[in-house]
Amino acid sequence: MTAVGARAPSFTLPDTSGELQGLDGGAATVVVFTCNHCPYALAWHERLIDVARDFASRGARMLAINPNDAERYPRDSPEQMRVRVERGEFDGVPYLRDETQEVARAYDAKTTPDVFVLDADGAVRYRGAPDADYEDPAQKAAWLRAALEAVLSGGSPEPAETKPVGCSIKWKP
Amino acid sequence: MHVELLFWAGCPSHEKALAELREVLAEEGFDPGEVVVRKVETEGDAATERFIGSPTIRFDGVDVQPEPNEPAGLTCRVYRRRDGRFSPTPDPEDVRDALRRAHARTAASGEHSAPAAAATATAEERR
Repeated sequence: MTAVGARAPSFTLPDTSGELQGLDGGAATVVVFTCNHCPYALAWHERLIDVARDFASRGARMLAINPNDAERYPRDSPEQMRVRVERGEFDGVPYLRDETQEVARAYDAKTTPDVFVLDADGAVRYRGAPDADYEDPAQKAAWLRAALEAVLSGGSPEPAETKPVGCSIKWKP
Repeated sequence: MHVELLFWAGCPSHEKALAELREVLAEEGFDPGEVVVRKVETEGDAATERFIGSPTIRFDGVDVQPEPNEPAGLTCRVYRRRDGRFSPTPDPEDVRDALRRAHARTAASGEHSAPAAAATATAEERR
């Protein structure tokens, strides 16, 4: 289980072009477990990508990971992930496939989305939802933004943990 | 009118959908207590019920947003609000339109359509 304050599990996963991606020790890393078929993940998606864009110049990097069982949920297949990336929906954010679901289990991810913010040392500094309301775009992923601001300025995120909200991770039988 | 909400517990959206459905029913003069809430628990049940995701709302068996090409299964349903946002619940205005269409169908067929006053009377008669 990955609790706030613990070191985040390292991983290497393929993106939609087959290139392996992982944690690189940047100033801040956002690991988002997400997917294609969940309305909560879709509702928050643009807000998350906006955060990646807004914080990239400050050394923050986002990695989106889809861990869902694509056999039972075909919309989460690598092919459908590639379609979304090719449509430009991720705007340069790597969309990684966790086929074995080992990374999701290592992080104890619960839902899509489930957001983790890591500092330069790889410690988890925030975990939970992007903001308080998936229905309100004006929230602009405020909890995630606040966490990144804190990590990048050497402070402590407040809140450091919120309840992840979304569809349950679709584990393989 | 037969109003039903089918849900799968793997999706946390059904309570909000039920609340919004009941609000629309009340606003349109129907009894919000008449909603039949049913839990879909297995892939087999989903296939039998032609359940394409949670939540699913039907008026007299007709989906508020029919998607005939969607496969049945235990999943969260993706709706679009009228402003284009993705949502786990249907836009209440779409629910309202579907309710009015269902009521018009019932009225055209000459069958009883259970508006609030009639539903109340029926409940009274049962006592």
